[in-house]
Parts: sequence; C-alpha cells; structure tokens
Amino acid sequence: MIGLSHYLTVAAILFTLGVLGIFINRKNIIVILMSVELILLAVNINLVAFSTHLGDIVGQVFALFVLTVAAAEAAIGLAILVVFFRNRGSIAVEDVNMMKG
Amino acid sequence: MNAAQVVLPALGPALPELILAVGALVLILYGAFKGEKSTEGVTVGTLIVLILALFAVVSQPLGAKVTTLNGAFIVDGFARVMKSLVLLGSAAALLLARDLFERERIARFEYPILILLSTIGMLIMVSANDLIALYMGLELQSLAAYVIASFHRDNVRSTEAGLKYFVLGALSSGMLLYGASLIYGFTGSVSFPGIVTALRETSGLGVILGIVFVSAGVAFKLAAVPFHMWTPDVYEGAPTPVTAFFASAPKMAAMAMAVRVFVGAFPAVTDQWQQIIVFVSIASMALGSFAAIGQRNLKRLMAYSSIGNVGYALIGLAAGTEEGVRGVVIYMAIYLAMTLGAFAVILSLRRGRQMFETIDDLSGLSRTHPWIAFLLAMMMFSLAGIPPLAGFFAKFYVFAAAIKAGLFTLAVIGVVTSVVGAYYYLRLVKVMYFDEPQGGYEPMAPGLRIVLGLSSVVVVLFWLVPAPLVGAAGVAARSLF
Repeated sequence: MIGLSHYLTVAAILFTLGVLGIFINRKNIIVILMSVELILLAVNINLVAFSTHLGDIVGQVFALFVLTVAAAEAAIGLAILVVFFRNRGSIAVEDVNMMKG
Repeated sequence: MNAAQVVLPALGPALPELILAVGALVLILYGAFKGEKSTEGVTVGTLIVLILALFAVVSQPLGAKVTTLNGAFIVDGFARVMKSLVLLGSAAALLLARDLFERERIARFEYPILILLSTIGMLIMVSANDLIALYMGLELQSLAAYVIASFHRDNVRSTEAGLKYFVLGALSSGMLLYGASLIYGFTGSVSFPGIVTALRETSGLGVILGIVFVSAGVAFKLAAVPFHMWTPDVYEGAPTPVTAFFASAPKMAAMAMAVRVFVGAFPAVTDQWQQIIVFVSIASMALGSFAAIGQRNLKRLMAYSSIGNVGYALIGLAAGTEEGVRGVVIYMAIYLAMTLGAFAVILSLRRGRQMFETIDDLSGLSRTHPWIAFLLAMMMFSLAGIPPLAGFFAKFYVFAAAIKAGLFTLAVIGVVTSVVGAYYYLRLVKVMYFDEPQGGYEPMAPGLRIVLGLSSVVVVLFWLVPAPLVGAAGVAARSLF
C-alpha cells in the first residue's frame, strides 16, 4: 500500500535533487531553470499528498497557485537569460562572473 | 433550482492594493498606446497612484483590525505602519531614478509600472494572513524585482545581476514553499490563526522542519547571513536607483513578513525559532561589519551595510516581545531614511555622463559640495549609531528590548559589531573631510534633493520629535499581541 510517507519521500528526493542541481551544476543555466521547476514540482507533490491525506481541498488550491506562479517564473527567467546571452554571448555558469561576491 | 449565491468579499480593507492594481493597469495601457514618449506621464502617474494609496492607508484608523477575503488578508496597525513605509520607499525609488535613467537613455515607461507591481506584492506580503497569500505577494514582489534588476538591458553587469537575483530568488521561494507545504501538512491549515491553534496542541518534528525551511526563505529575502551571497553582486550590478529601491522598500516588506510569520503564526513554538533568529542576527551583524571593511565600491559597501542593519533589526524580532516588535518597526523606519539619503548622495556623484561609485571619489567632497558632504556625514554618523542622530535611537530600542527579554549575549555582540561597523562609516567621513578634492560634481537633480532633504530631516531631527514614529510603532506592535 502506497501511503503518505511514500509521497513525501519522493517529494523530498526531488527537492534535494533540485537544490543539488542548482549548486553542483557547473555547465548551463538552463539546467538551473530546470532544477527550479523540479523544486516547485516537489512542493506540489507534497501539497497534493497532504491534501488527500487530510481530506482538505486547500492544498490542491495552493498547488494550482504554485503551478501558475511557476509558469510566470519560468517565463521571466528565460527572458532574463536571453538578455544576458545577448550581452555576454554565453550561458555557461562559469561565465556569470563579472562581479565577484 | 436556486442559483448559488455568490457573496463578494469586503474589498474596502484592500483599498490601497486595489488603487495600485487599477492604477498599474491604466498606466500600462497609457504607456502601450503612447509608446516611448509616455515615460514622463507614466512616472508622474505612478507617483500620484502611490500617494493616493498612501492616503488610503493612512485614512483608516490606525489601531482597527479587519480581516477579509476569507481571512487571507488582514489589516491591522502593524500592516498600516509597514505599508506606509513601503509606499514611501517606492515613491523615493521613483524620484531617485528619473534623472539618471533619462541621461542613460534607459528611461522607459515600464520601470515605474514594474515598481508599482512590485509594491502591490509588498503590500500583500505585509497584509498576508495565510500561507497562500504570503506566497503570492512574495512572488509578485520578486518577479517584478528580477526584471527591474536587469533593467539596463544592454549592460552586462545589470543583466548578470538580474540573472543572479533570479536564480537565487527562485531557489529561496522554492525553499519557503517547501516549508509552507510541510507546515500545511502537519498542522492541517494554511491560515495563520489556524496554525496557531494547531500548534498549541501538538508540534512535531515536521512542523519544526517546515519552520526551518520558511526561515531560510525569509532570510534570503531579507539578505540575512547565511543567505546573503546574492546581495553584494546584485547591488553592484543593478543600476544605482534600482539598488536604492532594493535596499529600501522590499526590505520593509520582507521584515514585515518575517514578523508576521514568526510572531503571528508560530507564537506557540517561540523557543524553536528564537534560536534560528538569534543565530541569523549575530551572523548578519558580524558579516555586515567585518566584510564591509575591505570594500572600495560604495554600492557594495551599502550592500554589506544593509546586511548588518538587517541583523540589528532581527535583534528585536529575536526578543519575540511586543517591545521587540516595536523596536523592529522603529529600526526599519529609520533605516529607510538613512539608506535613501545615502543613495541620493551616491547618485549625485557624476560629471557629464560618467558616474562615480568608489569611496575615493568622495575625497574632498566637503570643499566642493559642503552641504552634500555634511548630510552624508550625518547619514554615516547615524548608521554608526552616534547620538543624538536617529540611528542611535533605532539601535537603542532594539537593544533595550533584547535586554528586557534576557538576550544579553545578543545585545553585547550587537554593541561590539556596531563599534566595528563605525570604522568604515567614519572612514567615509574622513575621506570626505580630510582628503584632497578631485574636482566637483554636477549639481544635484531635483528628485535627489527632495529625497536627501526629507531623509536628512528624519535622521537629524528625530530626537526632537520622536513621538509620532515611536507612538505608531507602539500601536503596530500591540496589534500583533
């Protein structure tokens, strides 16, 4: 029987993969955008699983809001990436280094 | 068959947000029809809309507490005070931007509209009474801010700043959201009053984990250590008026959100989050004062200064008492004035089209521009916390609250780091007054004069009439307890 804990485990694994994808990735900024999506989807799995488990609809409403925002976020991220590419001519992570912090 | 009755929620309490939203839509249409020539009109229109919203906030009685939209949206004394600060910060950011953007030929009508959209997000963050409203407000604020950071779109630094801000901001809202999902799952409610009730009965490990993730997201938005690494780069890369905006209004909203979440939703587990806030506060104060010492760039210096200042404001939150929250509100209000004043001066350093932004460019400013140098010196003395300037009282209220709550270590570390921080603030004064001048700069633009004048009045004369701000902050803090 697949229960709440299985869903939470999958979501936790996806979330960790997303965070690692942002920090370990040395190649391409597109991969970072994909990792961000992965994080948001992990959250959605969490929300929907909790929603069914609690018998409460609010979690699914929250998941719909998250989906909408994720779409807007991806659009803005890609737009900024395009502008950056036009100036720098590269989208490799190691080329994002004009300022050292 | 009866048609289902649809009851429209009371929209009156959300009047400021509605004014801004309708204003933004009207102005974007005006801009779209009129094209690039509309920048002037849209900027003025945006200022008017912001001032109207400020009137709508102020005209409601300060202490009254109203919730609407099924309890997702709360307007109380705290919300009103923080909203006024946010609106003032946004209006100042517009005034600071006009002159520079026209010279750089990046004056486009989108900038004021993006500021407006971001401001709506901030007002919703301040008024959020459940996790969904909080997240929506936060995202509206951040999405507009990512675009504003890369507003100088032909400039590598500006676009890089936007990209860095976007990646780290998206990561932070993901973490906040993951924490929110855990809190929802383990308390069974997204509304703050519901969470409070649920936590009174049980608080398991799941909720604590959720609180940790939410704190990480909040710390990111506040630019508090250990989630501060985006701040110096974004502050340096973004166009200077945008940096001034990031350092002012969003900080107010993020701090209001932090107070709302920790004090409003998790009072039952204060012991748990207090440890997190104490750590974040100490780390921010230490990094803010030590890392700033080696900086040559004024914008990077202001970034580290803002990290340090967030640390001091968090002392008040760590106390977790009514006095502490009052201290936070006073601190943020005075910080707003000091930051905007300092940025008005940084923005005035130019010859022709060239901007100057390193510390050495300030040398001898007292001989070429005595008034500007004097006012910047006042800002720096105030940031260093020297009485009788406003910055001293800001620190005084948070330290006093911490000592009353028994957090002696935190207060002592705060005093020590503010002494270290005084070194680099006073170095600016030394450079201005004792180094050889490098030649004058152009006269200040009118917008910069207004902002510098108003913030200097607050910083220099606060000790004469502290009552309005302290009283309003007292009402704000009382509404949360």
